[in-house]
Amino acid sequence: MTLLLDVKNLSVDYGSEAEPLPAVSEVSLELRRGEILGIAGESGSGKTTLINALLRLLRPPAVVRSGSATLHPRSGEAVDLLHADARELRRTRWEHTAVVFQSAMNALNPVSRLGAQFTDTLRAHRRIPKSQARERAAHMLDLVGIPAARLDSFPHELSGGMRQRATIALALVCDPDLLVMDEPTTAVDVVMQRQILRQVIRLQRELGFSVVFITHDLSLLLEIADRIAVMYGGRIVESGPAGDLYRDPKHPYTRGLRDSFPPLRGPMRRLNGIPGNPPDLRSLPPGCPFQPRCPHATPECAASVPALTGHGTERAVACIHADDLPALINGGRA
Amino acid sequence: MTATTLPTPHTQPSAAADGPARRRRGGRARVLLRRLGFYLATAAVAITLNFVIPRLMPGDPASVILNKLAQRSQVTAATEKSIQALFGVPDQNLWQQYLHYLSQLAHLDFGISTAYFPQPVGEMISQGLPWTLGLVSLTTVLAFLLGTGLGIISGARPGSRLDSVLAPLATFLGSMPYFWVATMLLLLLSVSLPVFPSQNGYDLNLEPGFDFAFVSSVIAHGFLPALTIIVSSVGGWLLGMRNMMITTVAEDYVSLAEAKGLGRWRILLAYAARNAMLPQVAGLAISIGTVVGGSLLAEAVFAYPGIGYLFYQAVVNLDYPLMQALFLIISLSVLVANFIADSVYVLLDPRTREDA
Repeated sequence: MTLLLDVKNLSVDYGSEAEPLPAVSEVSLELRRGEILGIAGESGSGKTTLINALLRLLRPPAVVRSGSATLHPRSGEAVDLLHADARELRRTRWEHTAVVFQSAMNALNPVSRLGAQFTDTLRAHRRIPKSQARERAAHMLDLVGIPAARLDSFPHELSGGMRQRATIALALVCDPDLLVMDEPTTAVDVVMQRQILRQVIRLQRELGFSVVFITHDLSLLLEIADRIAVMYGGRIVESGPAGDLYRDPKHPYTRGLRDSFPPLRGPMRRLNGIPGNPPDLRSLPPGCPFQPRCPHATPECAASVPALTGHGTERAVACIHADDLPALINGGRA
Repeated sequence: MTATTLPTPHTQPSAAADGPARRRRGGRARVLLRRLGFYLATAAVAITLNFVIPRLMPGDPASVILNKLAQRSQVTAATEKSIQALFGVPDQNLWQQYLHYLSQLAHLDFGISTAYFPQPVGEMISQGLPWTLGLVSLTTVLAFLLGTGLGIISGARPGSRLDSVLAPLATFLGSMPYFWVATMLLLLLSVSLPVFPSQNGYDLNLEPGFDFAFVSSVIAHGFLPALTIIVSSVGGWLLGMRNMMITTVAEDYVSLAEAKGLGRWRILLAYAARNAMLPQVAGLAISIGTVVGGSLLAEAVFAYPGIGYLFYQAVVNLDYPLMQALFLIISLSVLVANFIADSVYVLLDPRTREDA
């Protein structure tokens, strides 16, 4: 599979040069064409900051300190998303990268009809008449199961689930290479969540875009993602194919995260939370950021930040004890 | 307003293609009718209060006039009687008076001024009204446009260089006492540096008419009062819009508009400002409503021949008929302006259309 997005060494700080608050530190990740990459982590782990950096939606005081993010779109030349100038950025946006936000309630302009929010986007990128833009909008709504008559509705006239599906249709209207989804199902109920996920997978198969899917729910990622990256304290602590990572988590944090959510399928299991709180980014603990909460921590863990190192061809873990952790008490499902 | 609205059963969206559109139009008309009813009822209350309140006050205009006359000469019983008759000192009961008052209103008869006896109040008001409407409505709209426009730019990037100049400046202008601005401008641009005339609405030596000399004289005379009103009200508009913009640009739909690759101005106007300015419109309506009352201080300082100046004169001279008519006109115009604002609001904010 060809590479679509290549993120190297991305760091984002909040705050001043004198007192930086590292929200994302040295993140590197690869996304292949047609792949669904899940990014999991607790609140404050840097997931949303990471994708806002990739989408260039960071607001002051957030600043990209280092790194590059090269997008290789199907058509056109490769773009460094982090350093593209305003013109290049406008061309890339929505044609190549699109986003679905967490809260569909606020993602649509409340004073503008649904149709207008599709057509202004299309016409910002393509020289097409309004009628053609409207046709395209109706087609996209149809793909997510919303009748075309809804183009004349205002956002407040749609149900929550409908709004979220409409924002997905809106994201796909310019046929992007990359779709970023930031916890797109947290605001809807479980039934709607399931329906939306199925729809995303179906659309992804049909249209062939790649997805970066952000959530705190690891078991949900297992359902849809090809690969998963787990973030903690602004760093990726483990990555690998979804099934492998869920079955055999190598980082103690991944284990904790996995055991904090009930599996969507499979036998009942005792849920264990992770004791303690996510780290305070203003004063990160020495060494491994997870070390103060880790049940397997040793003095060496506080010595230096463990690097994300390869385990086999597909997996990587940032834990010095990755190979000598005690076996799982209740091993994953086969 | 919400107190008068009845909960209506929520209609389920129908599958029919014309369903939402028809419901929307029906909803809009229903909301407007309901509001119109509310405003008519309020107007009736205002008209009645305008009748009742002066009659609850001690004293009456006739005795004021009689006292004035008594200082100069002996008042005969016949004079007393005729003056009382002239000012309608009650020989009827309250209910009959009320009906009489209503029928006078229906004929737009506001009585006769006591201070400028025997000028009819209606005539005085119709002379002052064009001056006030011209001056105050123009400056209110200008200040609104200027303040809101600068507020959009200032609030779009809070903390930017422009914002860090505009926001404190607006606070400074907004907190300066109005009469002080007026006197300072008068002192500066009329006394020390005689650029603009200091009083009246036009050069009294000119014959009013639509010729260059008269129109330019009106503009020159109106400039200082207009500048005073704009300078002292633009800050409020700016700050209001700026603060709304700051919260609105942080909304997801503005981020999404940016992520969609829309142009900077389209994001700023159609997504951010369009939502942020809803409270400004309500504010504008209230200001437009008070336009008819004139700008009391500006007109008093510059002796501008508008309603505000009339009001000032009425209060100074205890001119009850004039006061009563002015109060009535002001309350009614506030109501009309609010009704218009409400109706515009329904057009601007689709969320208020149904079941509002």
